[in-house]
Amino acid sequence: MPAEHAVEVRATGPLTLLQDAGRPGFAHLGVTGSGAADQGAYRAANRLVGNTPGEAVLESVLGGVALRARGALLVAVTGASASVVVERGDGRAAVEHPMGCSFTLGDGDVVTVGMPTAGLRTMLAVRGGFAVPTTLGSRSSDVLSGLGPAPVRVGDVLTVGEHPGDWPEATLLPAVVGRQVASGRRGDERMLAVMPGPRADLAGAAGWPRLLASAWTVSPSSNRVGVRLLSAPGSAAPLDTAPASTLPSEGMVVGAVQLPPNGEPVVFLRDHPVTGGYPVIAVLTAAAVDLAAQLRPGDVVLFAAVRG
Amino acid sequence: MMPPGPVAGGPPVGRPSRGEPLAGLVVRPAGEAALLAEVPDARSALALYSALRAHPSAQPSLDGVIDVVPAERTVLVTFDADRLTSARVHHWLQEAATAPHSPEPTAVQAPRVEIAVTYDGADLDEVATTLGLTVAELIALHTSTRWTAAFIGFAPGFAYLMGDDAGRLTLPRRSSPRAVVPSGSVALAAGYCGIYPRESPGGWHLIGRTDAVLWDSARSEPALLAPGTVVGFVDAG
Repeated sequence: MPAEHAVEVRATGPLTLLQDAGRPGFAHLGVTGSGAADQGAYRAANRLVGNTPGEAVLESVLGGVALRARGALLVAVTGASASVVVERGDGRAAVEHPMGCSFTLGDGDVVTVGMPTAGLRTMLAVRGGFAVPTTLGSRSSDVLSGLGPAPVRVGDVLTVGEHPGDWPEATLLPAVVGRQVASGRRGDERMLAVMPGPRADLAGAAGWPRLLASAWTVSPSSNRVGVRLLSAPGSAAPLDTAPASTLPSEGMVVGAVQLPPNGEPVVFLRDHPVTGGYPVIAVLTAAAVDLAAQLRPGDVVLFAAVRG
Repeated sequence: MMPPGPVAGGPPVGRPSRGEPLAGLVVRPAGEAALLAEVPDARSALALYSALRAHPSAQPSLDGVIDVVPAERTVLVTFDADRLTSARVHHWLQEAATAPHSPEPTAVQAPRVEIAVTYDGADLDEVATTLGLTVAELIALHTSTRWTAAFIGFAPGFAYLMGDDAGRLTLPRRSSPRAVVPSGSVALAAGYCGIYPRESPGGWHLIGRTDAVLWDSARSEPALLAPGTVVGFVDAG
């Protein structure tokens, strides 16, 4: 058995980042919460490999990540629905594993996560976690401020941490499988549960009903900072924002639906700015934040009020 | 995972005691796990923030507060909704707002920082002209003003410094922002003074530069200027 357990990065896809539970407690210094974009998928991945909650995983946008194991590893992939294929280092036939289960990699095996068929981000956890240095207590890459590890690159060797002990891993979490396709949808539209935000009144009396009555399209210029929404053809008109222009900067939360002057909402994800000057007219539930993190450019979104 | 409580490393500023409620406190829900407290101005926001930071440890039921974020006219409190109710946090805000609203929210414990500035910023002459001052008068006014870090925004460690200059150093942002502002640039805009913690775009007027390290993630106190810190500038010549 090799002295060190690690993965060699063979491919990253469009973007692969280290992420964990996040970097809470520093927002008053200008540091956002960061952390895995889909926290439900993140927790499930760690749970499947028996990790202590809080270990770092690899978060990939649109799949494409490929890792070669150094030493035997226990791995799980959650989040967006994608193929998970293991090519054996010993020459045996390749094996495809379902999402949402744990499986072993032998020394030299290569696991590849394919392009998701639904959803945007996959989470890949390894038993023991990735032992990269922490910044302010977290191994999350914050794309807004640049804090935390740099994006993962081909050729990187990521050391796997100490085995967490004998806590038995779950081998299958059925609730995780197909979660993105089974829920949060109405026909081809994704439903995001919201409640009125602290500045709902600044969208005018018609603003809140129009937010809920309109369909919105996810813009390609979305990232971990936020999902930009465009007026869907034949549906949403930009919302009126005239009274909002003088709002001084105030604290922002993950899931905030911010309304810039162009009237097209931005849904803040984990790397949102700590403060912002546009009115927050709605805030997503925690579960809806995870769904929003799985939206792909072109997806059509509806907002549904949960209470208010 | 247990998020660190807001008391860790917090600069106690005001000395809270019973007094008149903070005038004009409005608390607005911001989703399942946050409340936004609105107050009349930046000094009130800092006073409320300081009161919240000063005594959470005496309130074990407030384990579960994640972040307390002052801004220009608000303080945002985020919390773990599995451990705290919105009503409990609302009550905590009202209690903290009952602490005296000091127009000068500084006490003996307030951290003080002295920052040496070389006054050679690209906008120094223009700022002096706009304000109707000579460059020497501008530097004298900047160094004699007592500044207080009110809140952080824009980037980790970028403190918005309020001055006791009665608004004499107030001017709007530049009409065209710069694509690159060097790290350590000392700048004025919108009634505040700020120091760029690292190279970044920026729209403030540059009056000088400092070698002080505004942000270092590896330090026990990563931000040199946390909210409540009192700042004095000295002319490095």
